[in-house]
Amino acid sequence: MSPSSRLYGVIAEFEEPTALVHAARRAREEGYQKMDAYSPFPIEALDEALAIRHTRLPLIVLIGGLIGCVGGFFLCYWVSTTVYPLNIGGRPLNSWPAFIPVTFECTILLAALSAVLGMLALNGLPQPYHPVFNVPSFDQASRNRFFLCIEASDPKFDLQATRKFLERLGATEVSDVEF
Amino acid sequence: MQDRVQDSVSDSTITPPSVVGAGQTFASVTDKISSIALARRTPMGWFLGAGVSFLLTMLLMYTIGYLVLTGIGIWGNNIPVGWAFDIINFVWWIGIGHAGTLISAILLLLRQQWRTSINRFAEAMTLFAVACAGLFPLLHTGRPWLAYWLFPYPSTMGVWPQFRSPLIWDVFAVSTYATVSALFWFVGLIPDLATLRDRARRKAAKIIYGMLAMGWRGSARHWHRYETAYLLLAGLATPLVVSVHTVVSFDFAVGIIPGWHTTVFPPYFVAGAIYSGFAMVMTLAIPLRKFYGLQDFITMRHLRNMAKIMLATGLIVGYGYMIETFTAWYSANTYEEFMMKNRMTGPYASVYWSLILCNILIPQILWWKKARGNVALLFVVSIVVNVGMWLERFVIIVTSLHRDFLPSSWAMYNPTFWDFSMFVGTIGLFLSLLFLFIRFLPMISIFEMRTILPQAEVHEAAD
Repeated sequence: MSPSSRLYGVIAEFEEPTALVHAARRAREEGYQKMDAYSPFPIEALDEALAIRHTRLPLIVLIGGLIGCVGGFFLCYWVSTTVYPLNIGGRPLNSWPAFIPVTFECTILLAALSAVLGMLALNGLPQPYHPVFNVPSFDQASRNRFFLCIEASDPKFDLQATRKFLERLGATEVSDVEF
Repeated sequence: MQDRVQDSVSDSTITPPSVVGAGQTFASVTDKISSIALARRTPMGWFLGAGVSFLLTMLLMYTIGYLVLTGIGIWGNNIPVGWAFDIINFVWWIGIGHAGTLISAILLLLRQQWRTSINRFAEAMTLFAVACAGLFPLLHTGRPWLAYWLFPYPSTMGVWPQFRSPLIWDVFAVSTYATVSALFWFVGLIPDLATLRDRARRKAAKIIYGMLAMGWRGSARHWHRYETAYLLLAGLATPLVVSVHTVVSFDFAVGIIPGWHTTVFPPYFVAGAIYSGFAMVMTLAIPLRKFYGLQDFITMRHLRNMAKIMLATGLIVGYGYMIETFTAWYSANTYEEFMMKNRMTGPYASVYWSLILCNILIPQILWWKKARGNVALLFVVSIVVNVGMWLERFVIIVTSLHRDFLPSSWAMYNPTFWDFSMFVGTIGLFLSLLFLFIRFLPMISIFEMRTILPQAEVHEAAD
């Protein structure tokens, strides 16, 4: 077993969001592809620095909303015209304006559920274990420290060279991430 | 220049006043807010407040027990006033909840940064208010264990709900609202739960927060989807909150009772909901910031802005009252005219005029800048508005019902002890849930507070 098979990657710790964005950009320019940044709050500039592609989430939400809309209306229509028709003074059974509130609420409900469940599913959460949690100082990633992890599966990854590269970027600490 | 300060204009020459106290860092914000939830010792004041709330919750439990065993005859509502405290309290609680969604969703979309330190507990307030609201129609059904009949499902009875009824719209609106509010609140909590997981010392706390945080690690890819989801939820919650109180107002406006059958009801109900909700946020925020020393996070700017929103929505509500009165006269309808005259001079006139005093006259003091800067005064005004909004629902419901079309069926409405114990009990339930929330969860969104610190800005290095 080669030593790198137990290695998830190398992680560098930074004190400032600017330093992290700078490091991420430099790492990408250097040719690294498999890496991720960890920060205590969302940093918009990282999307561009790490070349994060736009998420499919809006499409999922749109589809969820459309299913809710059609489903909600169909429910009202089907119940009112087919399974439980009530003839009240000869008014039309498909009284669609009265079905709008329920249709609307179903649209919102399904869209919101698909937004949350879609976000969690695309993020692969819940995920109780992840190698980065093995880094002792990583508990500061949810407080005031910023991390950049270059993964061992990256074609350009070389333990010594990558460590050196990260140290040169002004990281306060560089450590190995083991599985 | 202080007077050029603007809250909403994105003009780089105008600096908005800070929404965080000076000298705060990522670490200090994190430690201050998380320490309240993680502290080993619970402050004595918490036990005192939670104890009183718990006793009131016990009163609610006792009332519900007696109600279920005896029937809703223990309440004072009867024909012609078939809807009384149940609907008053239901609408009052739902309305209070609306400010939470407004703060978290609409102010987010409008890029109002000052919402950040109040959105979390305003959302919690929404959730707990909706829970209290739901109890009233649920128990008013008389047989709450059969409440699932309200939902459409293929039953052996072969009966389905009536989708043309505003009451079934209400079931869909309120249950959707409760679900979406809970989702919004929980999604907002995930990164903060991760913070608590990492900062907790006790094993049990680590495990519980850890399970709730679902392994959140602050990955940039996750944040990207998270922000998208959060924004989409805000966009969905905004029309939802408007629709919920619109549907609540349809419960009245679709009926033909004089005083209910008006088209101004939806906008006027939505404005009233926001009005009472902001009043409740203020009522809760002022003691909280004092007790936990959070003046650096919930600043005077927050209180001033909320006072302005209260003033604005209060004026819309005032417009609603005016239009109601005008329509009653302009309709030339005997029943509408009588209803308005009876409201102003009839047996419940004192309630009507107290409502005008609480909702329209007293809040006008907020026009003065000095008044908006006086915390004690703001607290008093917010309570006055809460009372006023409750009286408004009382006036709408009781005065319209107690004198309807046939004088032979006229009667007065007399609430019983159980009406009051149920109402006070839900206040206890609301406060108990709130006390538990502020003890165990971060009452201010920690990660959003970090984003509004000046250090969070990424400086583009010219390299």
